[in-house]
Amino acid sequence: MTYHLNFDFVWRHFDKLGWGLVLSLELALVSILIGMAIGLSLALAYTGGGRLVRGIVAGYVEFIRNVPLLLLVYLVFYGVPSVGGFAYEATASFVITLAVYAGATMVEVFRAGLAAVPGGLIDAGKAIGLTGWQRLICVRLPTMFRIVLPSLSNAYISLFKDTSLASVIAVPELTYGAQWINTNSFRVIEVWAVTAPMYLVTGYGLLFLLQRLERRFVVH
Amino acid sequence: MLYAIRSLPFLWQGLFVTLEVSALVVFFSLIAGVILGVGIVYGPWWLYWPIRIYSDFLRGIPLLVLIFFLYYALPFVSINLTNIAAVVLALAAFETAHIIEVVRGAIQSIPRGQNEAAKTIGLTFGKRLLYVIAPQAVRRFLPPWINAVVDTVKGSALVSLVGIVDLTLAIQQVIGRTYIPMPLYILGAVMYFVINYSLSSASRALEARFAYIRE
Amino acid sequence: MSESSPSRLVVRIRGVKKSFGANRVLDGVDLDVRKGEVVVVIGPSGSGKTTLLRCINLLETYDEGSIQVDGVEVGFRDGGGAVRHRRSDRELSHIRADIGMVFQLFNLFPHLTARKNVMLGLRKVRGLSAAEAKRTAEQWLVRVGLGDKLDSLPSQLSGGQQQRVGIARAVAMDPKVLLLDEITSALDPELVGEVLTVVQELAQDGMTMIVVTHEMSFARDVGTRIVFMDGARIQVEGTPREVLARTDHERLRAFLARIELKLH
Repeated sequence: MTYHLNFDFVWRHFDKLGWGLVLSLELALVSILIGMAIGLSLALAYTGGGRLVRGIVAGYVEFIRNVPLLLLVYLVFYGVPSVGGFAYEATASFVITLAVYAGATMVEVFRAGLAAVPGGLIDAGKAIGLTGWQRLICVRLPTMFRIVLPSLSNAYISLFKDTSLASVIAVPELTYGAQWINTNSFRVIEVWAVTAPMYLVTGYGLLFLLQRLERRFVVH
Repeated sequence: MLYAIRSLPFLWQGLFVTLEVSALVVFFSLIAGVILGVGIVYGPWWLYWPIRIYSDFLRGIPLLVLIFFLYYALPFVSINLTNIAAVVLALAAFETAHIIEVVRGAIQSIPRGQNEAAKTIGLTFGKRLLYVIAPQAVRRFLPPWINAVVDTVKGSALVSLVGIVDLTLAIQQVIGRTYIPMPLYILGAVMYFVINYSLSSASRALEARFAYIRE
Repeated sequence: MSESSPSRLVVRIRGVKKSFGANRVLDGVDLDVRKGEVVVVIGPSGSGKTTLLRCINLLETYDEGSIQVDGVEVGFRDGGGAVRHRRSDRELSHIRADIGMVFQLFNLFPHLTARKNVMLGLRKVRGLSAAEAKRTAEQWLVRVGLGDKLDSLPSQLSGGQQQRVGIARAVAMDPKVLLLDEITSALDPELVGEVLTVVQELAQDGMTMIVVTHEMSFARDVGTRIVFMDGARIQVEGTPREVLARTDHERLRAFLARIELKLH
């Protein structure tokens, strides 16, 4: 069977892909911001806490990182409402899922980042009389952020690709748009020939932009 | 809850499919990944670029997109694979790209001084690889590779979206019959967790054991 | 060491030039090293001394000139002539087996015990049997004072111990010349002595050596000749007494002053 390439349908409905891409980027952004908040608090709790706290944080991280994201998406979207007695929108559900997922990665990123702050800087802070809180806010966190910037960039790009899973609960992001075009036209090769490069180009574009941003801030 | 227990055999079957798919993917991606990874490090320049492009391309798109693409597109170009073959192909192609990077990292993270010291005592290229580089590369390779295996098992859950009854789809189907989503999702999560946590613990243990290989 | 009969020329370096891109690192270097000599090369960083050393066993290639070890041109197959062909990996393997090198960062094989580190070259390059290689390796490790560390991994050894294994590994191959590249620069001060003692004993037993170092007391006490390099060339050459007493050479004096300041 010969297959003739015909991109018409794809171009006619390109808005699904274009806006889908925008939504993917937004989903990833919101998730990583919430994830960073979760990750940072838990990393601080872990670094400063006792065995119980460390156990809870480790439990959370290990659980999230060893279970497939797809299962987590289902669990939050279908499972939680059945227990909680409420219902929520697919998009909100996915953001919560991805944020919790991102949070687990962020805990490790921030924990390692905090540990990588040179002891000498902290000593210098003590020497000029800063309290523990002041040292945290003025010395340790700023330094840590510069150290973890590359990891944060990589995490964001990774999360951007993970937003493709939102398609399974009908969130209209890029992969969902592609699937829609796929099932409504069977222009299989054309739609993925457009969608895959969209992910690729966006990913590299993000990498490029983020690396330029890093160069201004990163401690070498 | 009784329903959940009675559906266990069905879930076991799903788990078996998950493990089967994962094992196949791990097997093929390990072989392909190591060969291509060594090729990209030691091979001629005309091998470097194709492998590099392959690796970057496949790591730059979501796994789901790759699975959908191969699953739907292959029949259109007259390649008719079984469902399982198609998804194993997609997953294996994806994982191979990652393993190429793991192999590359393992070899290139060995300090240059090792190769120099090996030259200094008169070892030829082949013997340097065999007695000095490979032993160190393997120890650097194993922990991240096990992490890639964990990613494979997690990624295998996506085959449920093209109709393959793995653990994830089995759970969905049982929920469809029993209408008690949460306990089943938790059960499924625990089953995945047990497999992957053992693997990641092994990876951590190996990393600690092989710490002596890094200065 | 007899002065009457001329010693064999082990290393012969003539007109060696090398550049890294636009940076001229070796600008016409001539050097002779005779059997049993301990030639100490000193000079500021960037003067080319490490590069020169690394050219002798071709860890670096040289662009022009000639380096011969025991009459064999190291870098090229044909000595003179218009077109020179660089040596193959096989040929270099033979040449390098007769040249020993000890590194600043030790470069011990981390997956092998001390004994196995020394045995590797003996078995795979010299072709000794397992039993012979084991015996030789153990002899040399005992010689450098590590008889009780034969089964230790490098990660279990101190810097000084690791470096002594490095020396044993190089010397067990029975090389014609031993190249020592700042072998104590990465060591804690209290560990430097044990390593230099071993090197001194080797020198006294007649090992031909070319030593790049900052340890001026070693240069003075063990060296038979000192070579001062600066700006990609050899500037001053002579016996330790001669060189260290030279008051006329400005850059040498400035360099020595900086070194002495650090020592005291």
